[in-house]
Amino acid sequence: MNRVVITGMGVISPVGSGAETFFDNLTKGVCGIGPITRFDTEGYKVKVAGEVKDFDAEAAGIDRAQAKRTDLFAQYAMAAAIQAVSDSGIEGTVAPERFGVYVGSGIGGMQTFVQETEKLLNRGPGRVSPFFVPMMIGNMAAGNIAIRFNAQGPCLPVVTACATSSHAIGEAFRTIKYGHADAIIAGGAEATIIPLAVAGFSNMKALSESEDPSAASLPFDTRRAGFVMGEGSGILVLEEYGHAMARGAKVYAEVVGYGNTCDAYHITAPQAEGTGAANAFKLALEEAGYDGEKLYINAHGTGTPMNDKVETLAIKKALGEERAREALISSTKSMTGHMLGAAGGVEAIACAMALKHGIVPPTIHLDSPDPECDLNYVPNAAVKADIQLALSSSLGFGGHNAVIALRKI
Amino acid sequence: MDNVFEKIVETIVDAKGIDAASVKPESTFKDLNVDSLDIAEMVMTLEDEFGITIELEEGIATVQDLVNLINERIAG
Repeated sequence: MNRVVITGMGVISPVGSGAETFFDNLTKGVCGIGPITRFDTEGYKVKVAGEVKDFDAEAAGIDRAQAKRTDLFAQYAMAAAIQAVSDSGIEGTVAPERFGVYVGSGIGGMQTFVQETEKLLNRGPGRVSPFFVPMMIGNMAAGNIAIRFNAQGPCLPVVTACATSSHAIGEAFRTIKYGHADAIIAGGAEATIIPLAVAGFSNMKALSESEDPSAASLPFDTRRAGFVMGEGSGILVLEEYGHAMARGAKVYAEVVGYGNTCDAYHITAPQAEGTGAANAFKLALEEAGYDGEKLYINAHGTGTPMNDKVETLAIKKALGEERAREALISSTKSMTGHMLGAAGGVEAIACAMALKHGIVPPTIHLDSPDPECDLNYVPNAAVKADIQLALSSSLGFGGHNAVIALRKI
Repeated sequence: MDNVFEKIVETIVDAKGIDAASVKPESTFKDLNVDSLDIAEMVMTLEDEFGITIELEEGIATVQDLVNLINERIAG
């Protein structure tokens, strides 16, 4: 069985681009949430989001002609992948057929879908762009990244809503662990701060209607009333340990466990006892060989009333009450908003950085703790801690649960 | 005639991010790295521009071939 390490990381997020800037801002408690600027929110109940600021595709390494034919979610993915691959220094050291891409999106090119639908309805079928399909389909982040880096090995874009990135990273880990690839670019991307998506999530009562950016994304707080939509991409280069060592690569952390389960209960609501999520935690801990070492959990922690309560239960179920209380837990969504299919990517990066630097980022704006969420959520200020193992959990619509485990190296 | 050629050049430059000087009447779409999706999109733009309908025929290989086809349609 191969060991798998993280040798490169890239981030496009509401709290900054680049893994170092991103983590630095997380530890400082920088809030990336603000009023929606992408469209006029007149008539919308939702007023705030975690927008990526000042994204420049050309500056990120995507030429103008390609950017025009690529939906924003895939541009974010490519930009983060370019950062991650550059950071890893892997280009040219891995055989193309042993180099893979596991990059998904929860939703895909919804903006493109809307634009082309308008053309169809207003101007007829002859005016729908020939680039509509390849821009819109959710696998095209992976396709474009594979083309960019000539990665001819396993390619698998995951679609499990908000658990997308964590499943992508977990599956990539397994693929390298079992010897089917030497390195895989893994993670996810999302770009749906658009009227249709905001209206849809809003009408299912999933989103916070707060107009105050400092009191909107409130994981584990009594005031929490829905998540705040974020966007961006988080991409990691996972690499077989021996391959990384042979080329003298820097290593952020080791990937040591993965749990993948489904609630099989409801299309959007989590199962109230948290059994499916707890099992995903247990599977990841078991594969990681957890033995009571100092633990950080980057929780899914969306700030919906149900999620945070059920996730707390799931953590207790998986770890036992005592160890659950000892664990440092935070929701970086308090700063990034919920980046949906990209969330697990940036949160895995937060975990890797937390292990590397011995600093746990906080849950900000946690001023009024919920008695039903009674664990240590690292409120409002980062803490230094010699953590040895980090878990990142992602729980998606459809009942998808994914937990990955990273170990300090 | 010149107008049609110029519009095609403009469309290719816009779509592919290449230098206008590199697009010549005898340039093949293959040489310009203009693929079938690019051509389909370009035809839509040109249809709007000139108020015509174009059915792409086999054998449209060069920029001049496309200029000729459009001029035929404009002439009616």
